[in-house]
Amino acid sequence: MSETLLKVRGLKIGATIYPPDEKSRDIDIVHGIDFDLAPGKVLGLIGESGAGKSTIGLAAMAYGRGGVEITGGSVEVNDRDILQSGIRDVRHLRGAEVTYVSQSAAASFNPAKKILEQVTEAAILHGKFSRREAEERAVVLFGKLGLPDPENIGQRYPHQVSGGQLQRCMTALALCPEPDLVVFDEPTTALDVTTQIDVLAAIKEAIRDTGVSALYITHDLAVVAQVSDHIMVLRMGEMVEYGTVDQIINAPREDYTKALVSVRSVQHEEKQPTPHPVLRVEAVNARYKGTSFDVLKDINVELHLGQTLAVVGESGSGKSTLARVITGLLPPSAGKITFAGRELTPDLASRPLEDLRELQMIYQMADTAMNPRQTVGTIIGRPLEFYFGLKGAEKQKRIQELLDQIELGTGFQDRYPAELSGGQKQRVCIARALAAKPRLIICDEVTSALDPLVADGILKLLLSLQKSEDVAYLFITHDLATVRAISDSIAVMYQGAVVRYGPKSQVLSPPFDDYTDLLLSSVPEMRLGWLEEVIANRKMESAGN
Amino acid sequence: MRIPVAALIGLFFTTLFFLAAVFAPLIAPYGMAEIVGDVWEPPSDQFLLGTDSIGRDLLSRMIYGGQTTIFIATAATALSFITGSVLGFFAAVSGGWVDQLISRFVDLIMSIPSLIFALVVLSVMPTTITILIVLMGLLDSTRVYRLARAVAVDITVMDYVEAARLRGEKIGWIIFRETLPNALSPLVAEMGLRFIFAVLFVSTLSFLGLGVQPPQADWGGIVKENKEGINYGIAAALYPAYAIAVLCISINLVADWVLNRTTSLKGGRG
Amino acid sequence: MHPILTLVAQRLALGVLLLFAASILIFAGTSILPGDVAQQILGQAATPEALENMRRELGLNEPPLTRYLSWLGGILQGDLGTALTNGLDIAESLGARLSNTLFLAFWAAVISVPLAIFLGLLAVRYKDRWPDKLISGVTLTTISIPEFMIGYVLVYWVSIQFGWFSSVAIINDSMTIWQKLNAIAIPVMVLTLVVLAHMMRMTRAAILNVMQSAYIETAELKGMPMLKIIRKHAFPNAIAPIVNVVMINLAYLVVGVVVVEVVFAYPGMGQYLVDHVAKRDIPVVQACGLIFAAVYIGLNLVADIVSILANPRLRHPK
Repeated sequence: MSETLLKVRGLKIGATIYPPDEKSRDIDIVHGIDFDLAPGKVLGLIGESGAGKSTIGLAAMAYGRGGVEITGGSVEVNDRDILQSGIRDVRHLRGAEVTYVSQSAAASFNPAKKILEQVTEAAILHGKFSRREAEERAVVLFGKLGLPDPENIGQRYPHQVSGGQLQRCMTALALCPEPDLVVFDEPTTALDVTTQIDVLAAIKEAIRDTGVSALYITHDLAVVAQVSDHIMVLRMGEMVEYGTVDQIINAPREDYTKALVSVRSVQHEEKQPTPHPVLRVEAVNARYKGTSFDVLKDINVELHLGQTLAVVGESGSGKSTLARVITGLLPPSAGKITFAGRELTPDLASRPLEDLRELQMIYQMADTAMNPRQTVGTIIGRPLEFYFGLKGAEKQKRIQELLDQIELGTGFQDRYPAELSGGQKQRVCIARALAAKPRLIICDEVTSALDPLVADGILKLLLSLQKSEDVAYLFITHDLATVRAISDSIAVMYQGAVVRYGPKSQVLSPPFDDYTDLLLSSVPEMRLGWLEEVIANRKMESAGN
Repeated sequence: MRIPVAALIGLFFTTLFFLAAVFAPLIAPYGMAEIVGDVWEPPSDQFLLGTDSIGRDLLSRMIYGGQTTIFIATAATALSFITGSVLGFFAAVSGGWVDQLISRFVDLIMSIPSLIFALVVLSVMPTTITILIVLMGLLDSTRVYRLARAVAVDITVMDYVEAARLRGEKIGWIIFRETLPNALSPLVAEMGLRFIFAVLFVSTLSFLGLGVQPPQADWGGIVKENKEGINYGIAAALYPAYAIAVLCISINLVADWVLNRTTSLKGGRG
Repeated sequence: MHPILTLVAQRLALGVLLLFAASILIFAGTSILPGDVAQQILGQAATPEALENMRRELGLNEPPLTRYLSWLGGILQGDLGTALTNGLDIAESLGARLSNTLFLAFWAAVISVPLAIFLGLLAVRYKDRWPDKLISGVTLTTISIPEFMIGYVLVYWVSIQFGWFSSVAIINDSMTIWQKLNAIAIPVMVLTLVVLAHMMRMTRAAILNVMQSAYIETAELKGMPMLKIIRKHAFPNAIAPIVNVVMINLAYLVVGVVVVEVVFAYPGMGQYLVDHVAKRDIPVVQACGLIFAAVYIGLNLVADIVSILANPRLRHPK
């Protein structure tokens, strides 16, 4: 075996795009990348969206997804340039020497076939193992990856196992043919944080035990720090920095890398509760029409003027449902909600305009939160017109003030949402909420869809607006780092109930209840050895019990 | 903006046909029901396409026939669009039992093939042009309804519609300012397909003798009048086929172009 | 009971309900519409006595509900009523014609279904290359012409100009199967062309939809050859949409038959229906309408049930 398993030189990748009403044109996604990967090593590829990291990963299999084409350079696997190989040779490479783990295992498994058949398929196809050997190997891998009942889980269909389990099955699928290299493409991004840590640990262990090399692609530096030997930081198709994990995390050289490492620089002093809360939720239960179980159980929380209550939980915890209940989209089945001293009516239709105005909402996906056929001026101007009857020059003046407040300046009024970047879109949504002069804004995962640096900017903006406008935020999120950064009080939700609630300092200090402990300890931290520490701690605890 | 060649050709012929329909009396060399020659005369300088089964100028019949067919199809399409899209948007925005009621009723109408339903109704109704338009328009509005509702449902789950609701906007604003502008392009493309269907439908009914009544000319009727000629090798009955094909293909090309630029939603036929 | 059986049973019950509702609609369409039906049938010149007789014969003096129930009761016992025009039993006249129609539709289906699926696969295989473009060009043309015109164009060119096959499709019981097939050759061609385009386009779309799934990419990244991917991964998931396409188009074929039978003077149900619509023979129209609706609803029902049975999530519940 040679010293380098994967040798990439001057890799250039392009694509043809077809913008509506325009001529199709070719664009470059990756502009000349060089790197080497030694056998048994793991290289982390990290970058924000559009950095070209997935595209580079797939290039190691000589594959371009949907119109993407490798336009230059060389990719050598085991000393053969796979870009110069014929389709037959490339087929022998894929699934035998190099395999792939995708972000969405649920979509990547064929729904009509049993898991075991799909896991063993490549190994049998390439003659690496006989069917019996491959199946035995799959069972061993299932066990190694911590799947329950490894003997029989392969007999199930993909939809019959959970998302976290299926992601492990996908890893087994990639490892089954004993490849030299596995490309992991954001394998834990779609998972909840408490599931992510287990899958991450399982992947790491499997990589170590099988001695396979890996390209690990992710946008999360804390995650990649746990599994990689080296890290390559990418930005807009170019390499920013390459180094060992230790060097990148502890002594980054480039400004961009420094920014990525020190993200969540936002600091926020916890405020004391006031005697009169702006929002009080008392003993609220809720269920969806036609179902017979409560999705919210006995919720009691308070929020004070000019402060932030963070509602934190994983998918299915009921945190977004709580927002729907407060806004009146889903009337509660029991309990009452008091807002600014008045009791809110259960459903939206019966609420006075004043209540609607003072309670605004900002969404996770700024893309779908703005009508694509309206200009920024119309979007921000509508609440001014609707609530305050502003018209003409007066309205224009106020729109400009709001645009200044969200740091967008002049010239944005006539633009359409499609002409804005992700961060700018979210800023416009903030301006639309502010235009109503609200007392409370519900922020539903407003930074989750954004790249970390952009998200940071949005959080800073929200905090400074809170100071100047004295507005309260009900901040719904799954991201504990965000919670730490901006909240005054925290409610931790699990399976429809609030399991822990109080001022930030209190909620985040021990002693913890089991779930909060699990949640807090599962958030990846940006330091070496964190994963091993947590896993070791957990093993000790469960042994102690 | 760049218009592909196929769409340009489509636009050219579509415009040509509509202009010919509007200015039929000015273009047609003879009157619609005027007997000017012998039966089934071959094409000549005097009669460019020859004469028909009772000696009328076939070219004039074709032009006037185009006028009738295109008028009925346009009116029926307009009716089906207004009815279908208003009900579709209304159902999507209202949701709940209103949506259920309208949607199930549309399912019921669509469970019977349009042609069969039309034949059943025409067995008791007089065949006037008004009745044809209303019947075709209403039957076809079920398809427009389904598309409009599907498009509108896609839009109403968008956060910007929810945001408008939370703002306290009335249903009028939500339909006309938030939903409609975003639903327009798939509906425009669908309008082309519905128009084609209306042309085919009215021609079929006339051919069966249950549509436009003689002596008024329309393309389906011209086939019926001249079909015996086929057996003697006289192509008179085929001209409407060519005309319909050219018109429908042209509109299809335009509709495909509009649709390709926007979305993949399409309605059905039948 | 397996949950999938419950679903299928529900779907069947819904089909029966739909058929029942369709019968109401057909009955209502011929009786509650404005205007005096008897007048419509007999024309303006009819004497008051004749009108009265006609009303009595149609039962128009009874309330609509009573008439509907007795009509439905008759149908459930296999009695479709008697024709106004010739006083013959409708069920008897329909029997032979129904089998003629099914004979025609059967051969059209036998030819068009495999051909459409083959062409659909071909179009996918050569997507955006000339075979795909040629196929979509030709199908676009056939979609844009009504079926009766395809009929005459074929008669003119194939039968008259080249002298192949017969231009009318009159068949009777004394003919051999070969004579019959020769007689229906052109009508079958027309029907094939009519449904082929739609079926092929929809097949193409259904397969493309499957081919764009992430699991096809997974198979590709396993190094599997394209044909094997289609056979092992695309096909099992494409069966349901393709069966759906076939059923919807067979339902459409049923309607196409009506017009094609008139064109070729073929003694089937479609021609029988059209003749009696012109004669305003309401009982015949009602009976034919109901049968066509039943076939249409039945085929759509089969499509739905196949989709349910082919869905792995329903077949192997959690």
